[in-house]
Amino acid sequence: MNAGERAAEAARQVRDPEMPMLTLADLGVLRDVEVRGGEEGEEVVVSITPTYTGCPAMATMRDDLVHRLREAGFGRVEVRIVLDPPWSSDWISERGRAALREAGLSAPGPAPRRTGPVPLTLGPARSAPACPRCGSAATRLTSEFGATACKALYRCTGCQEPFEHVKEI
Amino acid sequence: MNDEYAGDSSQWAFGTGFEDPLAGVDTTVPPGVDPAELAAYCLMLGDDALIMSQRLSEWCSRAPDLEEDIALANMALDLLGQARLLLTRAAAADPGVVPVLPEGSPVPAEDALAFFRDAEQFRNVRLAEVENGDFAHVVVRLLLFSVARLAVLERLRTSPDQVLAAVAAKGVKEVAYHRDWAGRWFLTLAQGTEESRRRLEAALDALWPYQAELVAPRPGFGVDPATVRDEVDAVLDQVFAVSGVERPDRAPLPGTGGEGAHTGALAALLAEMQVVARAHPSGRW
Repeated sequence: MNAGERAAEAARQVRDPEMPMLTLADLGVLRDVEVRGGEEGEEVVVSITPTYTGCPAMATMRDDLVHRLREAGFGRVEVRIVLDPPWSSDWISERGRAALREAGLSAPGPAPRRTGPVPLTLGPARSAPACPRCGSAATRLTSEFGATACKALYRCTGCQEPFEHVKEI
Repeated sequence: MNDEYAGDSSQWAFGTGFEDPLAGVDTTVPPGVDPAELAAYCLMLGDDALIMSQRLSEWCSRAPDLEEDIALANMALDLLGQARLLLTRAAAADPGVVPVLPEGSPVPAEDALAFFRDAEQFRNVRLAEVENGDFAHVVVRLLLFSVARLAVLERLRTSPDQVLAAVAAKGVKEVAYHRDWAGRWFLTLAQGTEESRRRLEAALDALWPYQAELVAPRPGFGVDPATVRDEVDAVLDQVFAVSGVERPDRAPLPGTGGEGAHTGALAALLAEMQVVARAHPSGRW
């Protein structure tokens, strides 16, 4: 492997601190890994994007990336923030979606694609995910806000179990 | 930032520990944009988010049930994130807006702006600062606030300033959830019991004088909130119609927070929010 591949491989190992079943790559938060040569040696520039603007896990993600890349032998690591385009739940990989389901979480459906004004939704939830445990489609929204910014709370009226659903944004 | 950070687990930003929320983002002011006007606009939008976030976070552990407690905390966090980016953007565009701290102080610009300005220097709408009331009060406050903020952010997605445009594009997704939460609770309380409806109407009556300020004209750089007034009216009328609640007939409060007109509630809020930071202007956290 060349340096670029080694750096990318190391960065891809880093997991999301709040949903550790996912790597940052699977979550779609890891946007770019670039190795730059220089007189002082190689420098890795990693670009990440927040899922939500206030995501408090960004600092931990940055630390984890720096430590992992240092372990992989890269002395100089810079972590940059990318805001544009904004993160979308559509960027969660197939492997990531499978990992979510395996952990008992419901993976997001397609994110809404809009160009005009966002319509007001006063009715029931915008998505009705199937229960990740029993597969029943009879689920009800408890709250669109959960233990982390990216998840909503649901309850299955089939098996009665509550579950978390990664929101479509 | 990286080398200094190596092996140092201490974090000195007063919160999340990510020193610069715009690390690596190109903050060059685009040609044709006046840096001072851009900074002033970002401060206004950022102060709205910061003060609203502070009021929402005061709800932590006080909501009627755990789910709504978590919802309010989530919305406070989204707005805090928006505030951090916007205050940082303001400081990068025009460093002159940042309060001067003692030499060698490690306080980053966003924290200097949040913790070392006095009430009259804040540019937030007064709706964000008034004291909390009951649950109906926070529902009405969030509805009025997020309907207007969403309409402004939607238009800011095409701002000539790419940083502001990116913050807006992300904010739209978040505030859409806030607006739906508030709208649904408005409907639920309106159609709930006599008591819930009485409280909702009382909150709407108390907060309505602050509504006009959200869509008051603001000339200069950025989306003028006055240009979204019709859209804001249409969404509010939709909520009122579905809920069977009359649009209040109360005169707007004169002046705007954008011009530095504030209620006494802001000074009290800031006294609590800023006390620790001000006691240790060179502190590391």
